[in-house]
Amino acid sequence: MNATMNPGALLLERFEARAGRRRGRVRRNATLIVGCSILGIVIVATLAAPLLTPYNPNTIDPLHPLAPPLTPGHPLGTDQFGRDIFARILYGGRIDLLIAFGATGVTLVAGTAIGLFSGYAGGWADSVIMRIVDLFFAFPFFVLVIAIVAMLGPSIFNMFVAIWLTSWISYARITRGHTVLAKGREYVLAAKALGYRHSRVMLRHILPNVVSFVLIFAMVDAVGNILLGAALGFLGLGAKPPSPEWGAMIADGQNYILSSWWLSTLPGVAIVIVGVGFSLIGDGLADLLRADD
Amino acid sequence: MQVIPVLIGITVITFFLLRLIPGDPALQILGQHYTKAGAIQVRHSLGLDRPLWQQYLLFLQHLLQGNLGESITFHQSTRSVIGERLPPTLFLVGYAAIIALVVSIPTGVISALRRGGIFDQTARVTTLVGFAMPSFWLGIILILIFSIHLQLFPVNGYGNTFTQHLDHLFLPSLTIALGFSTIIIRTLRSSTLAVLATDYVDTARIKGISRFAVLRRHVLRNAVVSVVVVFGINLAFLISGTVLIENVFGIPGVGSLLVDSVSTRDYPVVQGVTLVLAFLVVAINLVTDVVHASLDPRVVAE
Amino acid sequence: MTEAIAISDVAPDEVLRVEGLHTFIRTEGGVVRAVDDVSFSLRRSEILGVVGESGSGKSVTCRTLMGLMPSPPAWSIGEVHYAGRPGRNLLELRGRELQQLRGAHLSMIFQDPMSALNPVMRVGDQIEEAVAAHARLGPRDRRRRALELLDRVGIPAAARRMRAYPHEFSGGMRQRVLIAAAIASRPQVLFADEPTTALDVIIQDQILSLLLELQRDFGMSMVLVSHDLGVIAEMCDRIAVMYAGQIVELADAQTLLTTPSHPYTISLLRSLPDSEHRSRYLPSIVGTPPQLIDVEPGCRFAPRCALAVEECRAWDTELIAVGDEHLVRCRRHEEARRPGAWQEQSFV
Repeated sequence: MNATMNPGALLLERFEARAGRRRGRVRRNATLIVGCSILGIVIVATLAAPLLTPYNPNTIDPLHPLAPPLTPGHPLGTDQFGRDIFARILYGGRIDLLIAFGATGVTLVAGTAIGLFSGYAGGWADSVIMRIVDLFFAFPFFVLVIAIVAMLGPSIFNMFVAIWLTSWISYARITRGHTVLAKGREYVLAAKALGYRHSRVMLRHILPNVVSFVLIFAMVDAVGNILLGAALGFLGLGAKPPSPEWGAMIADGQNYILSSWWLSTLPGVAIVIVGVGFSLIGDGLADLLRADD
Repeated sequence: MQVIPVLIGITVITFFLLRLIPGDPALQILGQHYTKAGAIQVRHSLGLDRPLWQQYLLFLQHLLQGNLGESITFHQSTRSVIGERLPPTLFLVGYAAIIALVVSIPTGVISALRRGGIFDQTARVTTLVGFAMPSFWLGIILILIFSIHLQLFPVNGYGNTFTQHLDHLFLPSLTIALGFSTIIIRTLRSSTLAVLATDYVDTARIKGISRFAVLRRHVLRNAVVSVVVVFGINLAFLISGTVLIENVFGIPGVGSLLVDSVSTRDYPVVQGVTLVLAFLVVAINLVTDVVHASLDPRVVAE
Repeated sequence: MTEAIAISDVAPDEVLRVEGLHTFIRTEGGVVRAVDDVSFSLRRSEILGVVGESGSGKSVTCRTLMGLMPSPPAWSIGEVHYAGRPGRNLLELRGRELQQLRGAHLSMIFQDPMSALNPVMRVGDQIEEAVAAHARLGPRDRRRRALELLDRVGIPAAARRMRAYPHEFSGGMRQRVLIAAAIASRPQVLFADEPTTALDVIIQDQILSLLLELQRDFGMSMVLVSHDLGVIAEMCDRIAVMYAGQIVELADAQTLLTTPSHPYTISLLRSLPDSEHRSRYLPSIVGTPPQLIDVEPGCRFAPRCALAVEECRAWDTELIAVGDEHLVRCRRHEEARRPGAWQEQSFV
């Protein structure tokens, strides 16, 4: 971006960068803090579910079906079986958060490791691995996940497997790119000249510089995985009834959309809230990273 | 060209998809109607009774002949099943792409021109929330509001004539387009900001041409180039979106075909749809590359 | 009837007069005084050089006069009078009026010719666009004019090269294209912002000669901005030296180069390898220019000035007339002119 900027704009940028640190830092942190707060609240709420609601997500109450929100005792209403929506969202949150962290966590570690290795090793190993990565990128991601789940059989676990098999490529690509860049930098050359073992160079010298980029992407990926999990739940290919997974809840509520909008709407709001939390953390991290340039 | 290894790779991965099935696929397929003879027949029709490499070559050969196997549920050639369901999906994808461009381009550009203003801030919040929104949920809400309460559009289906298609597919295309737009708006906004700060925009201004001419010939022409790239990259997103949306809106496209086939364990169809959609993505990426090269003379076109 | 006094116009031989120009830029850390009380005049067919290091405000001055400073963060006050628009303050022009002014009266060329040309538009189209901005011409006439211009600035095989894109040209050629676009509508004033800084030394010469030629042929006035005093010395009739947003010395070239009176100017001259004022060692000026936010009162060069005394930091600076049309913003200019004064200072 800087290469084509005129001096006026460059001047502005320089002034802003030099003079704006203090106020900018507060604003940057605000994004990060808000994001972490949202996520923190959600995590705590789902874990503390038994404390927040007397109901079980699967307890049927035939006396109070389809109660609207703000009914006494049921802050978010009930579904067609009289199950409390608030309880279902809280407990369902455990599943969706598990997807966010479990799917993202594994692919992050695996993909980063592969990318680190590939970028560092170079040569034909790098070519082969990157070819495979490019290949996977050619597939429409969701379709591939569905196909894998189709073959393995629809279930939450197989959904995880499908995501693990396909999502590592993004991390591999990012990490490999940064590793290749870092490889030529002085501090790496110095480490090598000192005779450090390869693994040490990779882990202690290259990895710390790559981590920030990977984490930012991981936030975006987490949102994607939640949406993916919810989508599969919605289609009945992941979590299945009577699971309170949010996507499955939305699917369940479709038939009652005319009379009882809250069945399908509220779980979606929950998804959006969690997604926004992750996105804000990602944006905050990105701002932090940019400021340190 | 570089495309060929990718195409071959796609066939390899799709081929191995079928091998993922745990246990005996014949058992999965026949279920209750499992008989030994039936199983042998199923295995034979899936080509599972031969060595792996032979299976692959046979698969490839069939592919080149346009043979995608036989659908278990429809008792037709997979190709014809997919062929019937392809047009609605293509219509949907195209429609959604157009709506996405119509929505994103003005929004992204105006956000950049009036940076920090109300429009910009609203747009940024909207894209933040929109990015985290499940498309199928948005679809349901749009149906609720526009089809049921306002009765402006049909609730589902595809229609029979072109105009009916436009009518039925408007809400689903809009749903996909809105999700797609969040990324495009962001990219367009930042690339427009970058272009606005360049020297060549200043050069254009000092010539004494109108502000609109500067915008059209210099700002837009350059900002759009980077959007083309993002558009192409996120096309997979678009294709994925159709799977969910077709389901929500009851559109008889390959997306809903895919989902149905999963529950009926119609493996040849699942495989066939995966293949077709992957090829579609490759084709779209090629088109994107060509468009990019035509817009930016600095790109070395192959 | 305080409005009865008309805004003063330019003198008969002046084409541009700037009085009390200030440009402020609002940033996150405060308001930057990028241009602080700059006043000068530009005569007909004269070349005024503006020299200073980066951040001195020389570019922002030109951009302000052309109306190119982005309006939300930046704003300007002051009076700018132009012979072609009597009775108007150029800073107040907007929209159509500004559009009419640019290209046909005031024009500008920028430092980096690669980034100053639209990369996705053919060179010929970019010239034709400049031509068409102020003349109603049919396509064939437009093309002919564009060809003439390209020819005039020395681009060989212009007809063929019109269809090429900027990245297919060399740096020198691109700058010629820029110049062609800038003079397409016969402006009276041309601002040249570091036109040769991004070019090779040999090409620099060619471009400067071209500018000189065009200036003579068209009778244009030119403001030549550069951090390179050598270039300025070659080309200019009068020279303004800028530092930290202010003009610190203004005189005709001869006077400035033979009797520089501001310590900054003297230091600049001394750092020229082939200047007459060269001392045995090449002194570099210690320190960096000040931040222009929350500026402290007093002379802004004082922290880096070898001749500065306590009073300099408290002095509310102003331009002092030193000779025939020679202005200096320094209380110790007499001392500065004394050769002995500098020998006594130590250099880092």
